[in-house]
Amino acid sequence: MRRFALIALPCAWLLALFLVPFLIVLKISLSDIALAIPPYTPTLDLSAGWQGIRAFFSALDFDNFRFLATDDLYWKSYISSLQIAFLATLMTLFVGYPIAYGMANAPDHWRPTLMMLVILPFWTSFLIRVYSWMGILSTEGYLNQLLLWLGVISTPLTILNTPTAVYIGIVYTYLPFMVLPIYSALERMDGSLLEAAEDLGCSRVKAFWLITVPLSKTGIIAGCFLVFIPVIGEFVIPSLLGGSQTLMIGKVLWEEFFNNRDWPVASAVAVVLLLILIVPIVLFQMNEQKSREADQ
Amino acid sequence: MAQTVFEPWNDPEAKPLIQFKGVTKRFGDFTAIDNQTFDIYEREFFALLGPSGCGKTTMMRMLAGFEKPTEGTILLGGQDMAPIPPNKRAVNMMFQSYALFPHLSVWENIAFGLKRDGKPKDVIAARVDEMLKLTRLQQFARRKPHQISGGQRQRVALARSLAKAPKLLLLDEPMGALDAKLRQATQFELMDIQEKTGTTFVIVTHDQEEAMTVASRVAVMDHGRIIQADTPANIYEMPNSVYVADFIGEVTIIPGKAHKRGNGYDIAFAEGQPTLHSETDAALDNGQTCYLALRPEKVSISAEKPADRTNTVQGRIIDIAYLGNLSTYHVQLPNGQMIKAQAANTRRLSRRDFSWEDTVWLSWTDTAAVLLKG
Ligand SMILES: Nc1ncnc2c1ncn2[C@@H]1O[C@H](COP(=O)(O)OP(=O)(O)OP(=O)(O)O)[C@@H](O)[C@H]1O
Ligand SMILES: [Mg+2]
Repeated sequence: MRRFALIALPCAWLLALFLVPFLIVLKISLSDIALAIPPYTPTLDLSAGWQGIRAFFSALDFDNFRFLATDDLYWKSYISSLQIAFLATLMTLFVGYPIAYGMANAPDHWRPTLMMLVILPFWTSFLIRVYSWMGILSTEGYLNQLLLWLGVISTPLTILNTPTAVYIGIVYTYLPFMVLPIYSALERMDGSLLEAAEDLGCSRVKAFWLITVPLSKTGIIAGCFLVFIPVIGEFVIPSLLGGSQTLMIGKVLWEEFFNNRDWPVASAVAVVLLLILIVPIVLFQMNEQKSREADQ
Repeated sequence: MAQTVFEPWNDPEAKPLIQFKGVTKRFGDFTAIDNQTFDIYEREFFALLGPSGCGKTTMMRMLAGFEKPTEGTILLGGQDMAPIPPNKRAVNMMFQSYALFPHLSVWENIAFGLKRDGKPKDVIAARVDEMLKLTRLQQFARRKPHQISGGQRQRVALARSLAKAPKLLLLDEPMGALDAKLRQATQFELMDIQEKTGTTFVIVTHDQEEAMTVASRVAVMDHGRIIQADTPANIYEMPNSVYVADFIGEVTIIPGKAHKRGNGYDIAFAEGQPTLHSETDAALDNGQTCYLALRPEKVSISAEKPADRTNTVQGRIIDIAYLGNLSTYHVQLPNGQMIKAQAANTRRLSRRDFSWEDTVWLSWTDTAAVLLKG
């Protein structure tokens, strides 16, 4: 009974904050657009009794999903989002791993400070931080000013409103999600393992590849998913830093909702996005499970 | 049959394999190894013995190359080791913490060093199987380190360090987690390996009996210093200090004042007690404070005063420690001094000669005890 009570709380939480909203979105995705408030039909009319419910369900259909398949804007956006998320995840890994490695190998008394520096950006609003990147990357921005002053370039670079700016924004924003799990994996590693590897004839570099990397694997995988999953649906970064060439599904979704006021299609986009995300989410959970087992 | 004794440390011609020359190791302002100079010879089985924290592991780590001496040099085969990184030394170490690779199986752990040498596959496989057999781990080859017991892990660590058959093997408490039978078998295996391959072993152990069994020489350490390095027999029979005598085996230390008589000294150890006599080569001043180190097995215990022994004292049995084949009697003299005496249990327990509170005579010869200055 107590077990049940313990489980009931998170279940209720999930039900209220995930399942119910999801069912509402799913329902809207099966509806048709209408010039009304709310902007879709049908709406459930319980006063009409059984008849009303029958009419409600018979009016639902998969037209919006069929529409998504016919218009290539949508599937191109999905593909492009996956692509951007994939590349950005790799870049974040390449930037994040050395940082995590440096932190894990720093003297003990430095670690809390370094940890705080990684988390510190979270204390400022995300939007403000992305806006400040606009200030840095724009044609008259600080970066161009610096490069011009150093004489590295003679004409300002166009970075803002290009995919490059989107990647910079993503790597910057999601870096902590990559660094922290890798750091925690590296920090748990026993230093004498590297000594043992060296003792048995490994060079430092070889020992890194044969021991450090495999032992931080769960941290790497966790970090990659923690970046990859939210980046697929990312909206703020591509709309503020990216130009019209950057196609991301989060932006399409936003435009569908707020520019076209087409809630049913927007909901269909969201449902498909969720279906796509299930795969990496499940893989992520499996990785976590495995690392927990390895810890025992 | 003329068997040559293996005593290269007594041979001025012999070239040591390892030479410590004024080696000091400090961590911050803590001195872990204090200005040590000593040699270890090829084919030796050199045991480091000492209390926890005395610097045994530090000594090994300097040999393996993980720590650099703060002062002094370490030579291996006449070559200064300072610039040579651990992976280029013909030295393998078994870590006190085992340091097994958790993501590799037992088999892969043992093969790790061999693979780094780029040996052919079948050679590696044969060698790993040999090691598995030696350490009796065949049925665990596919398991990961977290899936085996502590003793099995220790054997994997041992097998891994043995696999490359290095010139010098450093074993940091290689058998602590093994049961008595397996430990003994492993000790004999190690000695056998050493006979066959001529590998030099430096081994850390907390088990005196183990050190006595396997070692060609035992080094007793304290606070970063080797107090005495000698054969097990000499360490036991001729300790150079109260510390060594006390550390190795059971002993009674009797403090007293020395007075020269004949080939030795009379030791006055208590008011109203007869002086004790001990033969020795050591030179002491008249009236100098000295210590008699007396091993319990060299003290006879009897009900009547023996007539033919130089040293006889009378006391009361306070405690009897039953060790199976032997019993140790703790006898208190009138002045409070305790003396341990050991006797073989030739009879069944119920028919034992002496019991608690019995008054008995203890006696020993004039060469039984070692006279120490401090
Ligand atoms: N990296 C280090 N930094 C500071 N002090 C150290 C370091 N390594 C060892 N020491 C100190 O040096 C001393 C000797 O350590 P060492 O590990 O050699 O002891 P040990 O003789 O192997 O002990 P045990 O029998 O417990 O294994 C200890 O007092 C220890 O605290
Ligand atoms: Mg140690």
